[in-house]
Amino acid sequence: MKLKTALLATALTSAAFAVSAQEVTVMSWGGSYTKSQVEAYHKPFTAATGIKVNSVDADNPATPIKAQVEAGNVSVDVADVEFSDAVRLCDEGLLEEIDTSILSAAPDGTPATEDFIEGAIQDCAVANIVWSTAVAYNTANVSMAPTSIADFFDTDKIPGKRGLRKSAKATLEMALMGDGVPANEVYDVLDTDEGVDRAFAVLDRIKDDIVWWEAGAQPPQLLADGEVVMSTAYNGRIFNAAVAENQPFEILWDGQILDFDLFVVPKGAPNKDAAMQFIAFSTSTQALADQAKWISYGPARKSSGALVGLYQDGKTEMAPHMPTSEAALENALVNNFEFWVDKDAELNERFNAWLAN
Amino acid sequence: MTDIAQPLTTADGKPLKSALLRAQSRARRRAFLLVLPLLAFILITFVFPIGQMLYKSVYNEGFTWQEDVTTGERTPIMTNLAAWFDANPPGTEPDEAAYAALAADLVVLRELKAPGQAGTRINYEISGSRSMFTKAARSAEKLEPPYKEALLELDKDWGNPDLWQAMRGASSSYTLNFYLAAIDRERNASGDIVMVPENRQVYVKLFTRTLTLSLLITFLTFVLAYPIAHLLATLPLRHSNLLMILVLLPFWTSLLVRTTSWMVLLQSQGVVNDALVGMGLLGDENRLQMMYNRTGTVIAMTHILLPFMVLPLYSVMRLINPSYVRAARSLGATSWTAFRRIYFPQTVPGIGAGALLVFILAVGYYITPALVGGADGQLISNLIAFHMQKSLNWSLAAALAALLLAGVLALYWLYDKLVGIDNLKLG
Amino acid sequence: MALPKHASTLERVWHYTYLVICVAIFIFLIAPILVIIPLSFNAEPYFTFSDKMLRFDPEGYSMRWYDLLLTFGMQDPEAPRDGSWWADAWANAQWIQATKNSIIIGFFSTVLATTLGTIAALGLSRSEMPGRRAIMAILISPMIVPIIITATGLFFFYSSIRIQDWGVPYLGIILAHATLGIPFVIITVTATLVGFDHSLTRAAANLGADPVTTFLRVQMPLILPGVISGALFAFVTSFDEVVVVLFVGGLDEQTIPRQMWNGIREQISPAILSVATILVIISIALLTVVELLRRRSEKLRGMSPG
Repeated sequence: MKLKTALLATALTSAAFAVSAQEVTVMSWGGSYTKSQVEAYHKPFTAATGIKVNSVDADNPATPIKAQVEAGNVSVDVADVEFSDAVRLCDEGLLEEIDTSILSAAPDGTPATEDFIEGAIQDCAVANIVWSTAVAYNTANVSMAPTSIADFFDTDKIPGKRGLRKSAKATLEMALMGDGVPANEVYDVLDTDEGVDRAFAVLDRIKDDIVWWEAGAQPPQLLADGEVVMSTAYNGRIFNAAVAENQPFEILWDGQILDFDLFVVPKGAPNKDAAMQFIAFSTSTQALADQAKWISYGPARKSSGALVGLYQDGKTEMAPHMPTSEAALENALVNNFEFWVDKDAELNERFNAWLAN
Repeated sequence: MTDIAQPLTTADGKPLKSALLRAQSRARRRAFLLVLPLLAFILITFVFPIGQMLYKSVYNEGFTWQEDVTTGERTPIMTNLAAWFDANPPGTEPDEAAYAALAADLVVLRELKAPGQAGTRINYEISGSRSMFTKAARSAEKLEPPYKEALLELDKDWGNPDLWQAMRGASSSYTLNFYLAAIDRERNASGDIVMVPENRQVYVKLFTRTLTLSLLITFLTFVLAYPIAHLLATLPLRHSNLLMILVLLPFWTSLLVRTTSWMVLLQSQGVVNDALVGMGLLGDENRLQMMYNRTGTVIAMTHILLPFMVLPLYSVMRLINPSYVRAARSLGATSWTAFRRIYFPQTVPGIGAGALLVFILAVGYYITPALVGGADGQLISNLIAFHMQKSLNWSLAAALAALLLAGVLALYWLYDKLVGIDNLKLG
Repeated sequence: MALPKHASTLERVWHYTYLVICVAIFIFLIAPILVIIPLSFNAEPYFTFSDKMLRFDPEGYSMRWYDLLLTFGMQDPEAPRDGSWWADAWANAQWIQATKNSIIIGFFSTVLATTLGTIAALGLSRSEMPGRRAIMAILISPMIVPIIITATGLFFFYSSIRIQDWGVPYLGIILAHATLGIPFVIITVTATLVGFDHSLTRAAANLGADPVTTFLRVQMPLILPGVISGALFAFVTSFDEVVVVLFVGGLDEQTIPRQMWNGIREQISPAILSVATILVIISIALLTVVELLRRRSEKLRGMSPG
């Protein structure tokens, strides 16, 4: 009896130890993006450290982790969030600070702080990729290929439903660019009441033809099912559907919006140390370059760029599919995180009222 | 005969009356003890949590307390400003003392990493003010008197009287402002309740839409349920039991399965559109948009709630004596008159029971509108979920929930009065 | 429902129109549930009948989506299907994990709801019960209160008592699902107790049976059909519930409806339809059981000719 109790106690403590020391829970955006991270970060990380990585998905990880921290019920150790969300959550004291000294230097010895693209390292966040929201279309369904962002908002020219992400961010900027505002003036215009009215007026033109999506996996599905002829989408998802699943999808780079995705650690994360270890590992030059083998997102380190080569099928050159390629950058907007940190609540409120009317 | 005056006693000599009373109270106690475990369970795992959530609609600590999420340590914030508000009545022009109090509080916010929290609380009422707090807190330590000029230098909106009104309201944890927001109202600078600008009005519209769509769905279920309930009630039992299966099967089928089925049927490349195009009734490019809009919500919810209307109607119709209608006919009434004057009035209790039940269930629907409703087919529950999960304005979510709950409970009370909860039937 | 011989032409026309209307309504009720069954065998990844399917060409049909249910999430789905392949499926396939979770949660919440509900129904059906109506109203309310309100309330409640640290897996969901199942148990059990002749229990007591024996030997056999159908209702409620799971479930606590919800929102592949088909077959089975029970109960209590 005594022996049994003792055995049980050992088993329990070792189990408890295993749980606290050998796991890290990473929350990301699901679908092919999560898959690319599993292949490029999670598996090598587990192989190198023995720490198991639990992968969980959300439409936008920023909201569940904020809810978790505020409710005092944190189960996520690392989350992958957008730039403005990372800054805002950090401001609100909901994130752990990340010590930049844990980040590895580039192979040539350049320190991490110089190797990362400008803005990629924040107090509480480290970027892993540069991605883009761009218009994608199904060549089998459109009456003619769109040539500019204005065509997206012109259902007379190209009839059919449009897919748009159900949030103010990116939607309003695209509406303005679709109305002829050059990329470098978008945020100045959007900062005024008239500019916001103008953006909503553009959306009004196609309101009855919009199908709203929330999860990144939805637009490729909507395009494939023929529910929409064009949709805004995360460029990597479209690339994967086109290359890996042979869908007749094309991306219109005109009017694309670039943004970072960053790793953050929520305050009170159950495995904080493992989380930091994971971030250090996953933002190394090689890991970031490896991710680009699985999805067409640009690495956030300069030193990774040179290592990006072919897609995992071994024949597709990745460079032209990157949102940071020269052709793609012709009329591209870089997401202004400061603008959205300030205006997110206000514009989303307006957006919801507009949706409900 | 003489012992009639004597009180009756039990075998052991106690007066019968008190023995009976005691037996009765024992029986009452026993009955109550049987119910008690469940009642306690429901009170703890259901009633209390809902009460706790509703409390959030009148209580928000965003501008009063800061809690360290890792240690659980609580620190009061904005104390200087609260003291100034206490000392000065509403409408007082904020003076240098007020700005000094604000500056001192901003320093505390900076130390506690709480400017985002305080700013978010005010931002619920004054859009765009969130960043004023984060920016001002960043430079709070460098601020020097006169504070009024210093703060206005940072952002002229610090002089906005609406902002001061909002801060005054938020400086107490207890507030009714979230209820105002839930009905598209707000307080202006002088504290009067006014409508919010038109381009921000959304909740009243959504409540109205929830009510009208629920009414429409209730009506549709009535129109569809009445004929088949009548058929089921008049057929011989052997046949009606078989047909009843067709009503009960959807009832037993997963809500998600039924919603999925409707998505498959209604999408623009779906079965219904394909069939219409195939039959040549519709051009390939004119496919009907029946999903991701109000139509989808109404069709799917009508289908899902139909059994809740059929069952009560059926149980009432079953008991109607057919000889009344026959008597009316033999007295010369046409079949229409007999139906209208004799049959229909007898089914009204069933209609009432079914309609109330369907309506109560419809106003709280979440899953189906979320999946097939698109933007204009959303109901109030979806908005509550939005504020719970996306905007994280939990106090507003709680206020909306409280309003919805009040409506539902009123209908529930009505249902109990008119129909009786005991008469709720499940197949 | 037969038409009398003397019916006028107009009445005849109306009668047949009425029957046609009824048939149409029955089709509306049942068609959406049946249509997904053939579609789940679609060989193509679409949600509509392909030409091959309409021609009943066997090539238009396949089991690929059922196969996908099994292999989705497996470590090595391509391996030969021997013992270790099945072990892999059992341990890793996502839908199998979800099924396990759903069954565990459904089982415990049903046991809890049925036990508490049946005992309470016995008390509620006694005429001496004080405050019967009000208590009944409270006990039935989980069925009436919009699920989103229940779910948000529980989200805050469970966070504040830190239920996830108690070390009991699924505890929060089990308690919540029990709460949601209780009204069904109360309704079905009290329905079987309606018209229950209390002189039976008094007779048993008179003959020397203690209350427990009385319950087990006299009341239980009579209310058993109601208890079982109540339990089935409670199980189905839990098995189908997604909103509470979304709000309070841990990230690893996937259930079938939650998995379906994610699937429907993101990529509604015909795999969802194969899950749906399986669920429809389960509900047909459950419905049959409940119908048989109901008839048995009515026969037992002499309430219907059978």
